[in-house]
Amino acid sequence: MTVLEQPGSYRPTPPPAWRPRTDPAPLLPDAEPYRLLGTDEAAGLDAGLLRRMYGQLVRGRRYNTQATALTRQGRLAVYPSSTGQEACEVAAALALEDRDWLFPSYRDTLAAVARGLDPVQALTLLRGDWHTGYDPHEHRIAPLCTPLATQLPHAVGLAHAARLKGDDVVALAMVGDGGTSEGDFHEALNFAAVWQAPVVFLVQNNGFAISVPLAKQTAAPSLAHKAVGYGMPGRLVDGNDVAAVHQVLTEAVRRARAGAGPTLVEAVTYRIDAHTNADDATRYRTDAEVETWRAHDPVDLLERELTGRKLLDEDAVQRERDAAEAMAADLRERMNQDPALDPMDLFTHVYAERTDQLREQADMLRAELDAAGDTTPGPQEGAQR
Amino acid sequence: MTTAAVTTGRKPATMAQALGRALRDSMADDPSVHVLGEDVGALGGVFRVTDGLAKEFGEDRCTDTPLAEAGILGAAVGMAMYGLRPVVEMQFDAFAYPAFEQLVSHVARMRNRTRGAMPMPITVRVPYGGGIGGVEHHSDSSEIYYMATPGLHVVAPATVADAYGLLRAAIASDDPVVFLEPKRLYWSKADWDPGRPEEVPGIGRAAVRRRGTSATLITYGPSVPVCLEAAEAARAEGWDLEVVDLRSLVPFDEETVCASVRRTGRAVVVHEATGFGGPGGEIAARITERCFHHLEAPVLRVTGFDIPYPPPMLEQHHLPGVDRVLDAVARLQWESEWTAPSGGKGFAGFEGGVR
Repeated sequence: MTVLEQPGSYRPTPPPAWRPRTDPAPLLPDAEPYRLLGTDEAAGLDAGLLRRMYGQLVRGRRYNTQATALTRQGRLAVYPSSTGQEACEVAAALALEDRDWLFPSYRDTLAAVARGLDPVQALTLLRGDWHTGYDPHEHRIAPLCTPLATQLPHAVGLAHAARLKGDDVVALAMVGDGGTSEGDFHEALNFAAVWQAPVVFLVQNNGFAISVPLAKQTAAPSLAHKAVGYGMPGRLVDGNDVAAVHQVLTEAVRRARAGAGPTLVEAVTYRIDAHTNADDATRYRTDAEVETWRAHDPVDLLERELTGRKLLDEDAVQRERDAAEAMAADLRERMNQDPALDPMDLFTHVYAERTDQLREQADMLRAELDAAGDTTPGPQEGAQR
Repeated sequence: MTTAAVTTGRKPATMAQALGRALRDSMADDPSVHVLGEDVGALGGVFRVTDGLAKEFGEDRCTDTPLAEAGILGAAVGMAMYGLRPVVEMQFDAFAYPAFEQLVSHVARMRNRTRGAMPMPITVRVPYGGGIGGVEHHSDSSEIYYMATPGLHVVAPATVADAYGLLRAAIASDDPVVFLEPKRLYWSKADWDPGRPEEVPGIGRAAVRRRGTSATLITYGPSVPVCLEAAEAARAEGWDLEVVDLRSLVPFDEETVCASVRRTGRAVVVHEATGFGGPGGEIAARITERCFHHLEAPVLRVTGFDIPYPPPMLEQHHLPGVDRVLDAVARLQWESEWTAPSGGKGFAGFEGGVR
């Protein structure tokens, strides 16, 4: 009788390297999302920071409604609203220092704006104007990324490169719940953990990847649990509690900067609007569900905390709303002007130097434009032969 | 097989050694050059191209990564964003496909997307092509995928000197370069002096490897030695063939190709990649558009078959060899109808001889 025929009799001794190298327990997320607002712990929070976050949330909500309105007017080709998720967007931007880098997905225009980017520049991609309306190096914001999760390895590479150069720069990369199913999510987290790269991954779990609910996306206990498999801590946080998200992200950024490696943060939130204006959310979710989440609104949560602690009065609320209105009016006005695009720019940045073939094609377009009577030289023309 | 070395009286070196030397010299000259990939460190790469780099420059400069091609190239994008010049190794042609999304969606278009603010000075080294008896997924000729993606340069050396010079140029380029290394030429040797890289023109220029008057063979990479051998064999039959080594597929050196075809009036494009939708179709179309009145015959193509790469025991039937090239040359005596290939029997298989 061979050993294989005797159940349980074959017990190989694993070589040392097979044993777990890290105790997984400290890496595991808590069972419930971390919350701060409304708890005793919140009393110790910095009042100035909370008021700043409140102003950002109010402006962020207004930005979302204004951008959504601009899609109806045909001024934006599409807008993936982050209404209901503003706490994640604002907290992500405020958790970073100026020298750090933000890697947003297509839904994270608000995080870029909260970081200081001009709202119009943040919308060029969605307007159908040039793909990226800003210099990423100037703001340390990578281009809004449309393919899912592909920006995550970029964040890892940039953070790794910064550390190799001796700079204490942290990269914060944002991704949705659907994006966690992509291969690049896995590869990025694995690289980050192996390299101990100073990266923070923020998953905004808003319940749906367009129409597919989380239960059909993953069988994991939570998305934060995925961290333990890579050897990094996973943190679960209430994504509508801006103070809690900010605290968890700030701690993760601090860890990364100190050389302790990456963290995966899952913020549990909800997308109040449809995926984009092209989506019909009534096909896959009920009004009752949406209303439950409206009762847990990120702006209201903070407003209640601040007014309850007498850190915000009606005048102050009104001032923030007025500021948001002014921002929206300015955005509306500037977005209602047609952008001045130069068709010759089509050839300007394909390569550092044009190929012969591109030179010919540029000549052809120039001739077509001349024939059509458009002789206006564009801003970039002549910059490159 | 000895490649058409352009230099003499130098030390003999293999193409793999020249590539390694190019990496070493680039890293020594520029501290922002970083090599990364699976097995590039202690092992020195499965073809030993990166041999010694980790030892000389440290593991931060020559890094063994997790086994994940999308991750390798994706991390390289972030490194390039921060001012480094990553050189990534894809180990084998078919292993590069998981990285395709990073290549197409980000590497190729980041400069364009950011209006010049974020160039991608990344070199993607891809050992490619057949003829080494590799099992499945180790012998693809995937150049057309890269050629069809605007924003990428695509380069394939055929000589030891070019391997060195083109790789140095690729690493120095501010644009992403897919650097196709013909696996079966890795061990080809030539006398070569790395101290004189000026003998190699930069990316985008073809080289006339053999002057001739009867017809032009347009080729690149592993098919260059095949065409040179065919040109020697054709001499006995009265054909004086010119051989143009493209060296660079993107940018494409139309000037050199068209000048040659205008001189000879006949052209055959030769490559290992599949013919349908392959690089030869693009090249033939360009020649026809630019040189139609100089042509004495249609531009012919000699390519691999339109099949998934065959098992190694059959690959000699798939890869274009000397006889198949000669067969096409014989068919250049075109009169009025398209002439069917004779079955790769070279001149012998062609009724009526030549000319």
